[in-house]
Amino acid sequence: MNWRLWIPLFAFAAFLGLAAYQLTQPKDEFVESRMVGESLPYFELPPAMAGVNGIGSTDFADGEPRLLNIWASWCLPCIAEAPHLENLKRQGADIVGVAIRDRPEDVARFLAQHGNPYSRIGRDDLSEVQLAIGSSGVPETFVIDGQGVIRYQHIGDVRASDVPVLLAELEKAR
Amino acid sequence: MIAELGLAALWLAAALAALQMAAGFLALRDAADGALAGLIRPAAIVQGVLVTLSFAMLVWLFAVTDLSVKLVASNSHSMKPLVFKLSGTWGNHEGSMLLWVMVMGLAGALIALVERRLPERTMNATLAAQGVVSLGFYAFLLLSSNPFERLPVPATEGMGLNPLLQDIGLAFHPPTLYLGYVGLSVAFSFAVGALLTRQVTPDFARAMRPWVLGAWVLLTIGITAGSYWAYYELGWGGWWFWDPVENASLMPWLAATALLHSASVLASRDALRTWTIMLGVVAFSMSMVGTFLVRSGILTSVHAFAVDPERGTFILALLGIFIGGALLLFALRANTISEGERFALASREGALVFNNVMLSAILAIVLLGTLYPLLTEAFDVRVSVGPPYFNPVGAIFTIPMLVVMAVGPLLRWRQDRIDRIGKEIALFAALVLAALILTSLLADIALLPLLGLALGVGLAVASLMPLRRRKLARTPLATWGMVTAHFGIAVALIGMASESAFTSERLAAVEEGGSTSVGPWTVVLQGVEPVAGPNWTAIQGRVSASYDGGEPVVLTPQSRNFWAPPQQTTESALVTRWNGQLYAVVGDRSPDGRWQLRLWWKPFVTLIWYGGLLIALGGVLALVGRVLSDLRHRRLAARIADRRADREALS
Amino acid sequence: MIRALAFAAALVVALPVAAQQTMPPAPFAYRQLENPAQEQAAQELMETLRCLKCQSQSIADSDAPMAGDMRHQVRTRIAAGESPDQIRDWLTKRYGDYVSYKPTVSTTTWPLFAIPLLLVLLAGAILLRRFGKRK
Repeated sequence: MNWRLWIPLFAFAAFLGLAAYQLTQPKDEFVESRMVGESLPYFELPPAMAGVNGIGSTDFADGEPRLLNIWASWCLPCIAEAPHLENLKRQGADIVGVAIRDRPEDVARFLAQHGNPYSRIGRDDLSEVQLAIGSSGVPETFVIDGQGVIRYQHIGDVRASDVPVLLAELEKAR
Repeated sequence: MIAELGLAALWLAAALAALQMAAGFLALRDAADGALAGLIRPAAIVQGVLVTLSFAMLVWLFAVTDLSVKLVASNSHSMKPLVFKLSGTWGNHEGSMLLWVMVMGLAGALIALVERRLPERTMNATLAAQGVVSLGFYAFLLLSSNPFERLPVPATEGMGLNPLLQDIGLAFHPPTLYLGYVGLSVAFSFAVGALLTRQVTPDFARAMRPWVLGAWVLLTIGITAGSYWAYYELGWGGWWFWDPVENASLMPWLAATALLHSASVLASRDALRTWTIMLGVVAFSMSMVGTFLVRSGILTSVHAFAVDPERGTFILALLGIFIGGALLLFALRANTISEGERFALASREGALVFNNVMLSAILAIVLLGTLYPLLTEAFDVRVSVGPPYFNPVGAIFTIPMLVVMAVGPLLRWRQDRIDRIGKEIALFAALVLAALILTSLLADIALLPLLGLALGVGLAVASLMPLRRRKLARTPLATWGMVTAHFGIAVALIGMASESAFTSERLAAVEEGGSTSVGPWTVVLQGVEPVAGPNWTAIQGRVSASYDGGEPVVLTPQSRNFWAPPQQTTESALVTRWNGQLYAVVGDRSPDGRWQLRLWWKPFVTLIWYGGLLIALGGVLALVGRVLSDLRHRRLAARIADRRADREALS
Repeated sequence: MIRALAFAAALVVALPVAAQQTMPPAPFAYRQLENPAQEQAAQELMETLRCLKCQSQSIADSDAPMAGDMRHQVRTRIAAGESPDQIRDWLTKRYGDYVSYKPTVSTTTWPLFAIPLLLVLLAGAILLRRFGKRK
């Protein structure tokens, strides 16, 4: 018996095992941010529409943990998550928004229609903040602690089941 | 009624595949059983007819847009041009699998009809193996992807075909690849048959060779066409990105190339027996792995088409049975097969073995780079492997391969001296060096394109050298085939190197009437107007371009909006000159009213695809040459047998 | 080739979103840098960065708005004097190795480099075994 002749079969079996394992895994297309655990990079964003405040990274270092919500008026899942953000706000969360590639009039229309859970909304036309904190899509929600350190990333729209998770993460960041 | 007829034919064909398999294996165990063995060939032939009938029924359903059939309703549309209705038959998972089994059935019928060179036992084993493979695919179709499924209520209108597929190039690109895959499945059946009866002979290689050649030609055409299609359709001028799906089509080609050369050694020199068998198994397994990767959707980038984990599971199971079985058989049997004739390194076989090893290494690199992200994902780490990895790492093996490819065909079989072809080697080396020095002096280009250009020039000349001192009219077709294919490699290589070294790009926002330039071209945007097609509307730029101040040519790049299904595509416009292509795309309008123009001047880029076509043409010449000489041998053998029979009758 | 289908699939997903997006692209998404050497450096870098929204394309060949914003980042950073490697590092610090098509030797990617080396040795061994012993 020549052991070398068995190598192809074993290599193939390894491939088969890997492929079978991957087939059973749920496919997630999420790209997780590596910035969790890091301080927010410096940024300064103008207000996304008239009558709201813009945001800067220094606003986060006041001892209070916050949610940072990356969203846009043109994003369909953002409509779905709007009531859950409202719910978070009702339960005491301070949510700041970053509107990606958005016009002030569209932002205003969206908020009039779906409610405004945000205490401040910054306007990010070039996805600069989004890229700086390692977010790869809209919507995404980050938990930032009172020292301005990113503690948690939620990818995709916030659903009802995510609300307690985010509240707990906020509590942890306190 | 038509759909039911198609389904019935498919079930019958599957039953015959089962018969072919069972009779084949039983006859193999009990060689004396002539009755069973007699069933095998007819079963294969009738199966081929039935599955063809089934496919014809599906084409008919698509031609008349029968919306009570689920597959038609979800992939076609009554408003579509007829040619795309027909190509829609195989532009989806179920239809393409039916096309696959049809060609497989026809291939089986063809070998059952004409292949008489092999011992009957090996032939039975081969057809039995073919039965197993076919049966697997029939099961796949009938149990999990029935193309003839009816809707409970007929749809009022179809969902339409993906607009990107509504392109004549793409209508025929996937089937070309499938036909190549099927050709490799026949080679696989031959390899398994020979392994079962331990008759790995030159005759086996000769019987297998036309199938490998045919598959290789189709894969070459498929990859070439696909690359050109991606180049002009995607709107960014890229022709190869080492994307998993592209790699999935390249891997079988690499394996088939190696198999082709080792089968040649086996056919003419009775050497490399186990190696040829192994490559026969590997080549088909690569086409199955490719199909699996494309259709299961387990690779992040592969949204390809018909992605469905359930189908993925089925293909994986088939893959496990076919390839696992064959490799097990190989492990058990291969050491009872002797190596065959020996030969020296400095010989034609030596060069072929060297390049076989290089091709296998390249294949391993492509496989590794393609599957590696899958492996790390199992540990929750995501990585990307792209051109900056594949190009240099692949080059480690490609460069020695190209050098050996230049001189190998000049060597004699079995044993030769390098110094006998010293002059030719010197010429090749001088050409490569001269090109290297000249190019690096004239232009500042990266190392890999530089080496590519130099080796391409050297190889272009060296590949013609086997024709020296030969009477061209009496040179066998197969030799012409080899020369053409090797020359095609050189041509494609020069095109690739030139494209990556000398492309110039211009992105510009231009107002109507404004002008810009790219490379030697001056480009004027004369106007932008809306146009409409049968199932799309578009904005079309009228762009006039003049080369070096010469006569202007008008191009009309479009940005199309299809409505069934709604989707946007860019239609690039090309101006082809002997020395390259101008590539123009019209983009969006900026707020100040100017239009985005994307322009590229790509010197000698067309050589990439001309090279690909030359390679395929070389394969066709070799195939025709081999088949003709087989026929001649067959006639000769028949005449000798006749004469002997006459003589015996006389005495 | 079939990557195009991937692209098609991505488009189908992206279109309802893109259709409503009316903002002009970032200034340097579709504009080249004045300095040809800088533009070439930017172009070479962009060809090796992954578009995070489209899964199978570099940011240099994607019309996705986020790819445009990433091109803008690359070009403005190059223009500001950053080296391509610094920009790549900046991005991998945020998105991990996934964002770069150019794997570097690390604890997770070493087999990508070890296996080719092994293949060189293996190829050498096979050829030696076959031709080495005899004349």
